Amino acid sequence: MNDIIIDAREIRKTLGKGAGEVQALRGVDLALRKGELTLLMGPSGSGKTTLLLILGCMLTPSAGRVTVCGTATSDADKEALARIRRDHIGFVFQSYHLFPTMTARQNVQLALDIRGHHGRDAARKSRDALALVGLDQKAKSLPDSLSGGEQQRVAIARAFVANPSVILADEPTSALDGDSGRAIMRILVDAAHKRDRAVLVVTHDPRIVSFADRIVRIEDGVLADEQADESERRRLPKAASWP
Amino acid sequence: MSLVMTLATRNLLHDRLRLVATLIGIVFSVVLVMIQMGLFLGFGHMVSTMIDHANADLWVLPKGAKCFEDPSQLDVKLREKVAAADGVASVVPLVIGFSDWRLDSGEVTPVFIVGSDVKAGGLQPWNVVEGDVRSLSQWGAVAVDRTYFDRLGIKKLGDAAEIHGHKVKVVAVTDGIRSFTTTPYVFVDQKDSRFYTGMFPSKASDLLVRLKPDADRTKAVQAIRDRVGNDVEVLTTAEFRKRSRSFWLFGTGAGAALFAGAILGVIVGTVIVAQTLYSSTKDHLSEFATLRAMGSSNNYIYGVIIYQALFNAVVGFIMAGAIGYVVVRMTERSALPIVITPWLMAALFVLTVVMCVASGFVAIIRVVRIDPASVFMR
Ligand SMILES: Nc1ncnc2c1ncn2[C@@H]1O[C@H](COP(=O)(O)OP(=O)(O)OP(=O)(O)O)[C@@H](O)[C@H]1O
Ligand SMILES: [Mg+2]
Repeated sequence: MNDIIIDAREIRKTLGKGAGEVQALRGVDLALRKGELTLLMGPSGSGKTTLLLILGCMLTPSAGRVTVCGTATSDADKEALARIRRDHIGFVFQSYHLFPTMTARQNVQLALDIRGHHGRDAARKSRDALALVGLDQKAKSLPDSLSGGEQQRVAIARAFVANPSVILADEPTSALDGDSGRAIMRILVDAAHKRDRAVLVVTHDPRIVSFADRIVRIEDGVLADEQADESERRRLPKAASWP
Repeated sequence: MSLVMTLATRNLLHDRLRLVATLIGIVFSVVLVMIQMGLFLGFGHMVSTMIDHANADLWVLPKGAKCFEDPSQLDVKLREKVAAADGVASVVPLVIGFSDWRLDSGEVTPVFIVGSDVKAGGLQPWNVVEGDVRSLSQWGAVAVDRTYFDRLGIKKLGDAAEIHGHKVKVVAVTDGIRSFTTTPYVFVDQKDSRFYTGMFPSKASDLLVRLKPDADRTKAVQAIRDRVGNDVEVLTTAEFRKRSRSFWLFGTGAGAALFAGAILGVIVGTVIVAQTLYSSTKDHLSEFATLRAMGSSNNYIYGVIIYQALFNAVVGFIMAGAIGYVVVRMTERSALPIVITPWLMAALFVLTVVMCVASGFVAIIRVVRIDPASVFMR
């Protein structure tokens, strides 16, 4: 059980107000373990992003509880939630969210900077993280001069550089072509298998199913039942063995 | 070095047009405040210029005299009483007042006569560029400032004119003794000044008192007060200067107008900076939300905004300072020079920083409200 990095129990989330009120999540249980890449799949509007944001302590659930690395988050205020994200979580977004005026290296280094880690050592670590995603030659480039796949790799380097225990990625490949998408997934798989992180990838991109250790399906704010989940998992080849 | 400064500066330089607008706003506002306050100081200096240049420790004045130019008179017999007080070294009466100056062309212009005992010192012309102050003791000798040559119909040292029907001759020329009342000062010896101003020999405008070097000022003031009675006042030079300034600056409303202009400048500047910082922050909201999602503390984000505000303040202030320098240079020889002191510059810098940082808080209020989740739900 020590392998569980994020544990979510009985999560409910109501979004919007009045007539526009939506039950985005209706009782979700999900645990993310280290060394495992989990795919969260489901149709548009099924609550995938909402769940990812709750697991990542960016949204507070209307009901239920989330534990991150043994710390309960229910009593935490905004600043404390930010600290939990800073200490444990790395995010990767569909639209990269890089800082357009900063070089690739500086974008990565920001993740260290907000943790009070400045100077030469931080710059070196950031270059190392870029090298890990194969972008050592692009350290001085601005995001605008990079391709979508390269930008996403910078974003992943940024998510990795401070050694978070979990990486949460929302549709990291959906804006990319097949080759770039596969490159991104290989990096994420490595993060799970070689570096023992818990990785959750939200997607409805069928091309990346093969990379999953485990697939969780969500529909209308509820997870499809665990049995189906397990059987699906057994049918899948181990992603690490993929070229 | 933290990336806060890099991020802040890059964001600012990225929005060139907005940066230019912000800086123009700051520069205008700071220059406006600088000029208003510089005029205030310049005016303050100017109204006390006679007091500053008089050779006196104490002034004995008719009761209620508000400024140097005050037309009220006192009894010249007080001179002996004051001179007999403990600690007093010398007492020189001043005879001042308006008179009329007739040019060669027959035209008449008002002048302000400053009459002091030339031999005893007291209040003599300074910045003398031509002629000799000592010659003022001759009958009909006057000293005038060369900036008033045109007005007085004078071309050079030695030229003649008439004051109140008496022939006069320019024996000394000064440079830069200007009056804010546009009426030229004319320095003469005390004996002559009575003819020009019509003041009786038994009267004087003020008494200039020099104290002995070892005299106790407070005791001397008290000793003089005890002797002169209630019709006159005894002020130190500093007190008289202060009274003059507050009369001209606040008694007349001129100072209030200058301050109102300065406050307007501060308000305009703050509004402009607040507006541009706010809209800049709004444009970069998704970046701030990303920082927040990555787990940055609010303080880190405030750091970026405050640094932007400080960057604006410092760059804007330097530009405003350069313009201020030019303005000071240009007004140096005008009727009302703008005076900018190191203290004024320091105060202006603090004001600029406060103005920009206060504007930063407006942007911070906006950032505090962002919910990072909202940026990623879309
Ligand atoms: N701020 C909001 N106010 C009201 N309803 C919202 C809000 N944000 C999302 N929703 C609704 O909540 C539900 C879940 O949204 P969510 O973004 O989690 O879905 P998703 O599975 O990520 O969809 P997609 O695949 O399109 O990204 C949707 O029905 C959506 O319309
Ligand atoms: Mg989504």
